[in-house]
Amino acid sequence: MEIPILEVKEVYKHFKEVKAVDGVSFSVKNGEFIALLGPNGAGKTTTVEMIEGIQKANQGEIHISGMHWGGNEKAIRRLIGLSLQETRFIDKLTTKETVELFASFYGLSSKRVIEVIDIVNLTEKKGSYVQNLSGGQRQKLALAIALLNNAPLLLLDEPTTGLDPTARREIWNILIDLKKNQKTSLILTTHYMEEAEYLCDKIIIMDKGKILAQGTLDELLSANNSKEIIEFSTFDTFPSNFFCDDGVFKLEWDDRTNCGKLIVKSIVDQLPIFLKRANEIGIKLNRLECRKLTLDDLFISMTGKHLAD
Amino acid sequence: MLNKSFIQLILVQIRDFYREPASLFWSLLFPILMAWGLGIAFSKKPEQTKTIAFVVNENQNLNSFEKRIARSNFEKITDSLSDKFYYLVNFGDDKVGITHYRIKPVVKQQAELMVKRGNAALLLSMNDSSLEYHFDRYNSDAQLSYLQLSSLFKGEIISNQQSVIIPITEKGTRYVDFLIPGLIAMNVMMSVMWGISYTLIENRTKKLLRRMIATPMRRWEYIASLIIARIILCFIEAIIIFSFAYYYFHITIEGSVFAFILLFLSGIVAFSGIAVLIASRTAKTQVGNGLINLIVMPMMLLSGIYFSYHNFPDKVIPIIQALPLTMLADGVRSIFNENSGFIQIWKYILILNAIGLSTFAIGLKMFKWY
Repeated sequence: MEIPILEVKEVYKHFKEVKAVDGVSFSVKNGEFIALLGPNGAGKTTTVEMIEGIQKANQGEIHISGMHWGGNEKAIRRLIGLSLQETRFIDKLTTKETVELFASFYGLSSKRVIEVIDIVNLTEKKGSYVQNLSGGQRQKLALAIALLNNAPLLLLDEPTTGLDPTARREIWNILIDLKKNQKTSLILTTHYMEEAEYLCDKIIIMDKGKILAQGTLDELLSANNSKEIIEFSTFDTFPSNFFCDDGVFKLEWDDRTNCGKLIVKSIVDQLPIFLKRANEIGIKLNRLECRKLTLDDLFISMTGKHLAD
Repeated sequence: MLNKSFIQLILVQIRDFYREPASLFWSLLFPILMAWGLGIAFSKKPEQTKTIAFVVNENQNLNSFEKRIARSNFEKITDSLSDKFYYLVNFGDDKVGITHYRIKPVVKQQAELMVKRGNAALLLSMNDSSLEYHFDRYNSDAQLSYLQLSSLFKGEIISNQQSVIIPITEKGTRYVDFLIPGLIAMNVMMSVMWGISYTLIENRTKKLLRRMIATPMRRWEYIASLIIARIILCFIEAIIIFSFAYYYFHITIEGSVFAFILLFLSGIVAFSGIAVLIASRTAKTQVGNGLINLIVMPMMLLSGIYFSYHNFPDKVIPIIQALPLTMLADGVRSIFNENSGFIQIWKYILILNAIGLSTFAIGLKMFKWY
């Protein structure tokens, strides 16, 4: 059997009062792209930094290519490439000099420096000082450095947070290209649903230090396969005792926005019933929308909050 | 030891230095401006002019005063702009040095303002036919003016006296000779403390330290690169300041250049150790700022960079002499001006290295990379 590039087994990390990571287990196969999805404070960064050897777990085991951090530091450092959440590089160095500095730590040639700068499309900016780069360009620089040593395991901590859609799309394209050659496994933390859906084979949903669900997008959704959504808004309030039958899993109503959501077994069955009842008690609908369950709905129903919170 | 990553790490520091206009100003131009300004301000000019306030009442007749000071051969000079006049009295000659006294008749209120603002250190007034001198008895400059004027008004002439006056013109006795070695020493402290401490703290704040140790970079290489880069930069800075002093003030190293280099390196070692120690834990640049100033400021004031610390009370002088900056400044001064060599300064070298290595060891033990 092939040894997975990463195995995380029952890992705990507690700070004084906070259980940052509370019994997390998952594994990453070679070439697999994984998203750690969760709101701020979910424990994503702590998990990733324990894998990177920057923080120590209180309990549990982390194996990278079958190796444990203790005693194998040098070997493991060469197996991982990473970008941290908001590292600021030295303002007065150029893009190329910054990459050269990190390349020297791995004993890499200047050919590789040019190569990674090209991969992240910073060739035009290679002579610019870091202080003159935009947010997106800085993230690409961090990505170039992460790619330097052609590591089989890449860990990117919120690589697109705070970027505009164009810059985000650019980073996605670089990562998609990387995925094509199948040599790299990726763990990416994000709080953008589309990012996880678009880039990753497997999604791990985390909140409060725990994994709530993990699997492919289809797996996550098919566990809730027979669920569909009716979304609506009204001009007036909505009665809290609005009758729902067995075909409705859940009714959510927000008083502030006058918006509601029904999670139902089948739209075809439930929509006529819903409309009829609404009509009977004199509710005037402002908007009505029927759709399939998304990752977003799943996330909200699991954690009780939106990702951006 | 000189592998690629080590050279890259040193290059980072050097690039960061010469690409930052502020660091060029503070470490190169500022010491030169200080040396130039203070050197000029305190160089003993062959002639100087002092102002004395003569307190008069409205409508007071000046005849009695002029009669009283007649023996000094005063001249009465009218300022063409303000139409006011003053008495000019000259003291001394080439050997003693010449001082011109301008005695300005002013009303009492104005005279007091002149003292408060430092325009005049001495006031004169007439009481009946006797001349009165008013001055702060702890002000040595005022004291000197009093002695010179009173002797002039008695009609005494310096060169007629019995004493033989031989001016000292030897090297190393001017104020700039005192100042320049001090500035060179202080520059080592400033350069190392800010260059190493601040860089470490800033890179910790930026999470750059964390990012770097997540690579196979060797940690000792990083710390060593900071120190080696500082040694290179400190030597460049010292050479530039010294070259200026050499061309402008004709300052030379009278003693052993070899001893100077050893002492200079020891100073860098001492301050590098202290710098690593105070930067070992904090991740806040504001805290770092405060810590660096806490170390640097007392030494700047006490260590006798601009003025001799021998004016401090006897009890605190041994403490001042134990400060690393004092040792470095005194050592450099004795090499520059007193013809000293290794034998005279080996103690300084020993203690500075001991300070550096011990603080460095503690600093590394406490060091937080993230």
